[in-house]
Amino acid sequence: METKLYTITVFSENTVGVLNQITIIFTRRGLNIETLSVSPSALPGIHKFTITLFTTPDMVEKVVNQIDKRVDILKAYYNTDEDLVFQELALYKLATEKVLELGSVEYFIRKYNIRVLEISNDCTVFLKAGHYAETQSLFEELSEKVGVLQFIRSGRIAITRSKVERLSDMLEEMQKIQEKQNGNRKV
Amino acid sequence: MKKEVTGAQALMLSLIEEGVDTIFGYPGGAIIPVYDALYDFRDKVNHILARHEQGATHAAQGYARVSGKVGVSLVTSGPAATNAITGIADALLDSTPLVVIAGQVGTSLLGTDAFQEIDVVGITQPITKWSYQIRHAKDITWAVARAFYIARNGRPGPVMLDFTKSAQNEMVEFDYKPCTFIRSYLPYPEIRENQIDKAAQLINEAKKPYALVGQGVILANAEKELIDFLEKADIPAASTLLGLSAMPSDFRLNKGFLGMHGNVAPNMKTNECDVLIAIGMRFDDRVTGDLNTYAKQAKIIHMDIDQSEIGKNVPVDAPILGSVKESLPALTAKINSAKHTDWIDSFGEYDKQEYDAVIRNEVYRTEGELTMGEVVNKITEATKNKAVVVTDVGQNQMIAARYFKYTETRSVVTSGGLGTMGFGIPAALGAKVGAPDRTVCLFAGDGGFQMTMQELGTIMQENLGVKIILLDNRFLGMVRQWQELFFDERYSFTHMKNPDFVAIAKSYNIDSRLVTKREELDDAIADMLKDDKPYVLVVEVEQKGMVYPMVPAGSCVTNIIM
Ligand SMILES: Cc1ncc(C[n+]2csc(CCOP(=O)(O)OP(=O)(O)O)c2C)c(N)n1
Repeated sequence: METKLYTITVFSENTVGVLNQITIIFTRRGLNIETLSVSPSALPGIHKFTITLFTTPDMVEKVVNQIDKRVDILKAYYNTDEDLVFQELALYKLATEKVLELGSVEYFIRKYNIRVLEISNDCTVFLKAGHYAETQSLFEELSEKVGVLQFIRSGRIAITRSKVERLSDMLEEMQKIQEKQNGNRKV
Repeated sequence: MKKEVTGAQALMLSLIEEGVDTIFGYPGGAIIPVYDALYDFRDKVNHILARHEQGATHAAQGYARVSGKVGVSLVTSGPAATNAITGIADALLDSTPLVVIAGQVGTSLLGTDAFQEIDVVGITQPITKWSYQIRHAKDITWAVARAFYIARNGRPGPVMLDFTKSAQNEMVEFDYKPCTFIRSYLPYPEIRENQIDKAAQLINEAKKPYALVGQGVILANAEKELIDFLEKADIPAASTLLGLSAMPSDFRLNKGFLGMHGNVAPNMKTNECDVLIAIGMRFDDRVTGDLNTYAKQAKIIHMDIDQSEIGKNVPVDAPILGSVKESLPALTAKINSAKHTDWIDSFGEYDKQEYDAVIRNEVYRTEGELTMGEVVNKITEATKNKAVVVTDVGQNQMIAARYFKYTETRSVVTSGGLGTMGFGIPAALGAKVGAPDRTVCLFAGDGGFQMTMQELGTIMQENLGVKIILLDNRFLGMVRQWQELFFDERYSFTHMKNPDFVAIAKSYNIDSRLVTKREELDDAIADMLKDDKPYVLVVEVEQKGMVYPMVPAGSCVTNIIM
């Protein structure tokens, strides 16, 4: 079956060992995580994971269900690129004297919409936000023209196009269902 | 003012709040404070000292499986926690509610390779429903309440509590609140009307409906709801290994046992029915064989409480998410009464083939060596089909599953998902503790028996009336069977030179008898069942018996060797 890039979003409780609980599901099925980024979400105490991987539609569905099943996971779902607005960040460290040899950096600023974070005797640091292909093509061009001393790219962060993040609604709904069920069971 | 207690005492008090009256365990350095607290609760909690932590967890499983309660096991850190792993993994695959509490080094030593320190949470996360390290006494009540809630609700499973010694010793105010809600976990998904409607429509249009019954029915206490459903639309049904005893064996619509060594008709009919209704079962590969040829002609309805099981192995036309306790009655209300007499009768042709090719020779032999099948059959008859049957793993397990009969639910305790040799003896003693008024019969092979036979010591000490039937074929029979069928009879390391099992049993002061001839069998069974004391009945069966029918691994369910 055709593989493609999927973005999995996971909301979890902020407890020790959640990342391991998620990654072992990938390990068991022999899946490679392409990118991963984790940070506190808009709701206090809840963390958000954004994971990308190349796989089949069938597999991503199963993996997401298995993640969602874990007790500490609030919600897991997946999207393809069409559903998402997404971004990665990249930092490029360059030798300042090589940058100066270029004569001008206007070309890079205009073409790639970069920001310059640092210029010192030792190094110059560019920042670029963009999709993988964009940060990559800047990397290639800089490597060729200036040489890149260090390069780092973040994991993807993404938000869905279609709707607002309804995690708080979902949590309320869960609570209502469980309260109703507890009420029923007490009878 | 609330009472100040040690963490160890808080654990005991919390267990009592959760209704725990039985613990299977084994003490050690990192759990001594808890054992010390336990000493004061001996009147409330029956602690059973196993002979190995694997035994303690399997015993807790046996207890949980027959009683429906959460099994509890208490062990120390390091090697004890690793010994417990097999039982925890077994409980995960077989959805058994279990809370395992292991000692851990004090918090200041965590992560330092301290004596008997291992990363219990890291090791158990893949094999538990939830795994939590208690680092402070103030977390104990919360963690215990949550552990029991998680273990017993939704799809049950094992929970690990990794209890640091420093938390055991800290002082804390005891104030217990049971857990009734976890915001990240909905154990009982709401039944969706549209899913019920869709499935009901498929069933109402079906000419050849067929139901597969799994342990989900037993776990949900939905045995009656199942019967009502099957009877209303006259739907024949068969059981998975763990679903056995959800329906009485003599129930008109019960067509037998599914899977690799299941009955012929139930497997063949999977590929003849027009609507297949899977009820609390998970399409394990030992049931489905080759998925590419599995029930392709049928519309598939899958009822399960676990969303991740739906569509995992078999594509589903009509999923019904939720507990079958609720979804079965909802579905029954929407289906039409029907009769499928011809379809149901058609199972009979295969039953006859199976009887002629396999059963007559396995169960009703009159000469030659003893078979496993005739032993199982005689014992189910002698117990009037009322006993709990526990099995080890291998040929003994499959023969017991095939020929034991049931009148009551929760009568089968076997390691299905993990297939753990050595499960038998400890699980059987746990089952006897969980169902003291029932006869508990264990069938074990000579291999599996020797994996955990030290638990005879536990049986002796607690005087547990477990009836152990050791089907001794001097081989690792099931592996030998594969070698005979698929590896040119090259019996690579499957022959066993065995000890005098009767002498072993007697050394534990357990009554025992060896049977080598057919004429001795009835008398020995009567002797075994005459009272409620432990017994080891050693039966020398044919060395090279085979379990038939057999669907070879990964083969189509209709490709049956007999
Ligand atoms: C712990 C463990 N080790 C190995 C196996 C593989 N295995 C499955 S069945 C079997 C043979 C069992 O032999 P025995 O206990 O004598 O029972 P029999 O099949 O002869 O009834 C083996 C080795 C297993 N299931 N579990």
